[in-house]
Amino acid sequence: MSSNFSPVYTLLKRDLTLAYRHRSELANPLLFFVIVVSLFPLGISPESKVLQQIAPGIIWVAALLAAMLSLDNLFRSDFEDGSLEQIALTAHSLSLLVLVKVFAHWLLTGLPLLVIAPLLGVLVALPTDAMWTLMATLALGTPVLSLIGAIGVALIVGLRRGGVLLSLLVLPLYIPVLIFGANAVATASSGLPVIGQLYFLAALLSLSLTLSPFATAAALRISLS
Amino acid sequence: MWKFLQRLASPKHFYTISQRLTPWFGWTCLIFMVMGLYYGLFVAPADYQQGEAYRIIFIHVPAAWMSMFIYMVMAVSGMIGLIWRMKIAEAFAASSAPIGASFTFLALVTGSLWGKPMWGAWWVWDARLTSELILLFLYLGVIALNAAIEDKRIAARASGILALVGVVNIPIIHYSVVWWNTLHQGATITKLDKPSIHIDMLIPLLLMAVAFKLFYVTVVLIRARCEVLEREKNLAWVQELGQTVLTKK
Repeated sequence: MSSNFSPVYTLLKRDLTLAYRHRSELANPLLFFVIVVSLFPLGISPESKVLQQIAPGIIWVAALLAAMLSLDNLFRSDFEDGSLEQIALTAHSLSLLVLVKVFAHWLLTGLPLLVIAPLLGVLVALPTDAMWTLMATLALGTPVLSLIGAIGVALIVGLRRGGVLLSLLVLPLYIPVLIFGANAVATASSGLPVIGQLYFLAALLSLSLTLSPFATAAALRISLS
Repeated sequence: MWKFLQRLASPKHFYTISQRLTPWFGWTCLIFMVMGLYYGLFVAPADYQQGEAYRIIFIHVPAAWMSMFIYMVMAVSGMIGLIWRMKIAEAFAASSAPIGASFTFLALVTGSLWGKPMWGAWWVWDARLTSELILLFLYLGVIALNAAIEDKRIAARASGILALVGVVNIPIIHYSVVWWNTLHQGATITKLDKPSIHIDMLIPLLLMAVAFKLFYVTVVLIRARCEVLEREKNLAWVQELGQTVLTKK
C-alpha cells in the first residue's frame, strides 16, 4: 500500500499543480458548457414549458460534449514533452497511474460541471426538485465519461489531428450514460423515483473504473511504441 | 493440424492457400445466392399481412446478422493480433471493418425501405434500429482509427483495442437503448411479435444467410490478401511474386 501511495500522491499533486499554473485554460470547458446550454433556448424556444421538457437532454448532451472536448489535454502535453514516456517507464503499474491522471482530470473538468449545473438548470427551467438528481447523475456520470474517454485519447495521442477522430471513437460509447443520466433527470422532474437509473449509472461507473484503466494503459503503450 | 495452422499463419502461405480457396467460396456463394433469391422471390408465398413487401427480409435479416457476426470476428482477430502479434489476424481485422460497415449500412437501408410502407416512416427510433445505427458508428470509428495511424501494425493494435472496448460496450448500449425506448413509447411497434415463420420463408432466409456468410469469406480473403501484400511489400516473397506476374505478361 505504502509503496503504491507515494507515486499516486506525487502524480496527483503534479497534475493539479500543472493545471493550477494554467488557470485560464481550466475555465474553457466550463464556458463551453454554459454557452452550449444557453444556445438551446435561442434555437428552440424561450417558453419554459418547452424548455422544461428538453432540459435534461440539453444539459446532459452539453456535459457530454464538454467532457469530450476537455479530454484532449489529458495526455497531450505529457506526450509532447516526453513525461508520458517516463511515467510509462516507472516500476509502478501504468494502469494505476492512468487512473490517477484521469482522477486529476475529472477533478479539474468534471467537478466544475457538477457545481455549475444547477445554475444552468435554472436557465432551462428545470424544476428545483430535479436539481439534486441532476447533481447526482452528473456526479456518477462524468467520471464514466472521463474514464471511457481516456481510452480514446490514449489511442490517438500520437496523432497530429485527433480532435474530430476522438468524437467518432468516444461518443458512441457515451450513449448509455446519456440515456440513464438524462432519463433520471426527466423522471425526477415529473416527481417519480429515480433510484433505478442511479443504480445503473453506479454500475456503469464501477465497470468503467475497473476495466478502463487497463485498456487505457494498453492503448498508451501502443501509442508510445 | 497444428502445423497446418502455423503454416497458414505465415503471410506467404496464407497468400497462396487463400488464392486457391477464394474461387471455391465465391462460386458456392453465387449458387446459394441464386437459389436463395429464386426461392425467396418466386417460391415463397406472399405474407398475408405485408403482401410482397416483406420479401426484403431475405436481404435485410441476413445483413443484420452479418453486421453483428463480423464485429465479433473483427474483435476476436483484433484480440489475436494484440496477444500473439499474428500478422494474418491483423490483416483480417483491418479488412473486416469496411465489409461489416457495409453490411450494417445495407441492413439500415433495407430496414428503412421496408419501414416506409409498413410503419409509414423512413426512420423510427426503434430500439433495434437505433442499436444498429450505433453499431455503424462503432464500425466507422474503427475504420477511421485504422486510416489515421500510418504504421499499419500500430494501427492494427490500436483498432484491436477499440474493437474490444466496443464488444464490452455493445450489450450495454443495446440494452440501455431497449430500456430507453420501451420507457418512452409503449409497445406499439417495438414488439413486432415474431410470428412463427413459415417453412417456405425460412428456407430462403437460411439460404441467403449462408450465401452472405460465404460472400463475406470470399471478400475478406481477397481484401486480406491485398492487405498482406501492402504490409509485406518490401519482403522478398512479395517482390518475387511481382516479378513472376510481370514475366507472365
